[in-house]
Amino acid sequence: MEKVSQEAMVIAKMPESLSKKEFTYCPGCHHGIVHRLIAELIDEFSLREKTVLVAPVGCSVFAYEFFNVDGTVAPHGRALAVATGMKRSRPDLFIMTYQGDGDLAAIGTAETIHAANRGERVTTVFINNAVYGMTGGQMAPTTLLGMKTTTSPYGRRPEKEGYPIHVMEIMKELPGVAYAERVKVSRPQDVPKAKMAIKKAFYAQLLDIGFGIVEVLSTCPTNWGMDPVEAGRWLEENMVKEFPLGVYVDKVTEVMKEKGVK
Amino acid sequence: MEHKLIAAGFGGQGVMLLGQLVATAGMIDGKHVTWLPSYGPEMRGGTANCTVVVSDEPVASPVVDTPNEIVIFNIPSLLKFEPTLDKDGILVMNTSMIDREPSRKDIKVIKVPANDVADKLGVLKAQNMVMLGAYIEATKAVSFESVIKALEKKMTGKKAKFLDVNKKAIEEGMKIAREQLG
Amino acid sequence: MGEKIMVKGTEAIGEAAIRAGCRVYFGYPITPQSELTEYMSRRMEEVGGVFLQAESEVATVNMMYGASSVGARVMTSTSSPGFSLMQEGISYMANAQLPGVFVDVVRGGPGLGDIQPSQGDYFQIVKGGGHGDYRLPVYSPSSLQEAVELTIHAFDVADKYRTPVVIFADGMMGQMMEPVEFPDPIDPGSLPEKDWALTGAKGRNARYVTSFDIDPYKLEKMNKNLQEKYKKITEEEQKWEEFMTDDMEVLFVAHGTVGRIVKSTVKMARDKGIKAGLFRPISLFPFPYQRLSELADKVDIVMTVEMSAGQMLEDVKLAVLGKARTPFYGRLAGVIPTPGEILEALMKELGR
Repeated sequence: MEKVSQEAMVIAKMPESLSKKEFTYCPGCHHGIVHRLIAELIDEFSLREKTVLVAPVGCSVFAYEFFNVDGTVAPHGRALAVATGMKRSRPDLFIMTYQGDGDLAAIGTAETIHAANRGERVTTVFINNAVYGMTGGQMAPTTLLGMKTTTSPYGRRPEKEGYPIHVMEIMKELPGVAYAERVKVSRPQDVPKAKMAIKKAFYAQLLDIGFGIVEVLSTCPTNWGMDPVEAGRWLEENMVKEFPLGVYVDKVTEVMKEKGVK
Repeated sequence: MEHKLIAAGFGGQGVMLLGQLVATAGMIDGKHVTWLPSYGPEMRGGTANCTVVVSDEPVASPVVDTPNEIVIFNIPSLLKFEPTLDKDGILVMNTSMIDREPSRKDIKVIKVPANDVADKLGVLKAQNMVMLGAYIEATKAVSFESVIKALEKKMTGKKAKFLDVNKKAIEEGMKIAREQLG
Repeated sequence: MGEKIMVKGTEAIGEAAIRAGCRVYFGYPITPQSELTEYMSRRMEEVGGVFLQAESEVATVNMMYGASSVGARVMTSTSSPGFSLMQEGISYMANAQLPGVFVDVVRGGPGLGDIQPSQGDYFQIVKGGGHGDYRLPVYSPSSLQEAVELTIHAFDVADKYRTPVVIFADGMMGQMMEPVEFPDPIDPGSLPEKDWALTGAKGRNARYVTSFDIDPYKLEKMNKNLQEKYKKITEEEQKWEEFMTDDMEVLFVAHGTVGRIVKSTVKMARDKGIKAGLFRPISLFPFPYQRLSELADKVDIVMTVEMSAGQMLEDVKLAVLGKARTPFYGRLAGVIPTPGEILEALMKELGR
């Protein structure tokens, strides 16, 4: 009885797939939450010993150091080309990219679209916080209209800076995509949903269906000039309006059912 | 001995193939050879040419300023390459396509009505083989047997049925050259 | 070794890569190397390898980065404008110490230039077109047989030193045909395991392959390691050919296909009573400075010939160090110099 209750008391532990290195992200940033979800899933799928993580250039450039899996940093925007090279050469490995909005949807647009369209069996987690974090708050391809950044000081204007780009909506048009969903992690109840989405994107690769991608709407309190609570509220009120949440492509659930996978 | 050949004509006349067959035959004969095409947009419809070197020694330059043998399929090529031919060099020209005389007097000229000959054999496209026959007879650059072996390597699958007529075309070309060489 | 067969340069290099155990190829069409990409699309399927036509040369080089980091022997081929696009990735590969073989079939430039043979990318290929302190071993073949041997050698050097390696070819090399004898193929399974590759952290700590360290002291250490490696390559990997240099009075220096053309010039010069010789660097990095310097002691004229405005000329001057005159003859834009015109240039230099 005593023993059982002690075991039952372990309600959260550090995933084995995270390294012991402390995150260096700013307070209120969502990278940490998403890192943990990924690590938990790698553990749950017993994939740690066959995973290679491709980190981007941006705030999560150090991502490879925070995970206890093999990893590299791709040149800016090229993570999905690097991942393609890996997966094609070693189909037995589990290949993931972790990318920000500037990386995936500006400089790396071509690599993203073509890897997705080829249906590369890799899994991408895409962090959209509407701003360039590491370089100091410049305009991103996903910056909202009217949003002020260090390179759109008058607010983003469609006639000058164009419109925010909608990656999931683009993914919907690409036949190689097996799973695409936009989620957020700003409220506690969002987190399990986000985890389920990433799980489906894992299955897109593991069940050999196609490319899997999950966009996570995220805060950047530092560059938004807000405290974490305020940033969370701002995300709810503004980003969700511009970037509707939901499943955009799902060819995974059916295959899971067919194969009896829960 | 070094045979430095330039073969030139319109794209589609089989100039490149003629050169490749000479080079491959040379290799089969145990010689050192190179084949270098002119390539690029000019290959489509314009003049096409290739340079072949067949030598007893390793070939240094695959690029040639003064060929000692030229095989010419059309007027533009005659105008371009006749002046470059070495003194006492050999010009093999397709008189079915070229209605004028060469201007040089210090060269040996073999005139081959290649299209007419090939037409009589029933395969007009084999005119380049007639030219090839005349060339090997006039220069002895490579042996007839090796040319046939090279041809067999090239003409596989669907093309194999043209082997006999091509062989015949080569023999006709050789005959024409022999008659003119006296 | 098998029998001699007639092949095109592009095919010779492609087949050599297969024989070297290369089973992963990424590429993008560009004249005059597309036939190599086409060849690999056929052959990789036959040998159970990976062929993928990328969306750009930028993607190509990054696919190579990925494939190499998981341990594959990987190759691409391109031509000048495409190689420009690959520079970023090559710089990353150099610092991440990732092996890979790049074939650059150089064409006329700058800009869109033309599609004829050129050596005008010597600076880019040999001195490094990407950012940062790095070097790439570069081999410049002058015949197809040599191209086969150097391609296979390039894979070994790439793996041995963990570095990208370049085969410096030109459109002439790509398009010409010559008899070639291929060596027996290497079984890719027999290649030694790469103990740095990202193969999944099974029974060991996680590994990272990166070109990155935010700490300048640590990055400096990485940089110094690279420099040590380049020093070792410089000491151990120089290659060159000497032709008729024993009794020469005049020395030519030329690489690649031009080196071969100049051999004919040397013979023509000797027919005229001018004792010419040729020094043909085969490794452009490491450039064989020392040997060229020794040869320069014997002559008054060291004449460089290139299909460029005089790029290797700078390395020749560094070797000769003023001990002899260093005239230059070059053709640009894809015009191939002929043996005769090179001889004429020499005669002019000699005042004859």
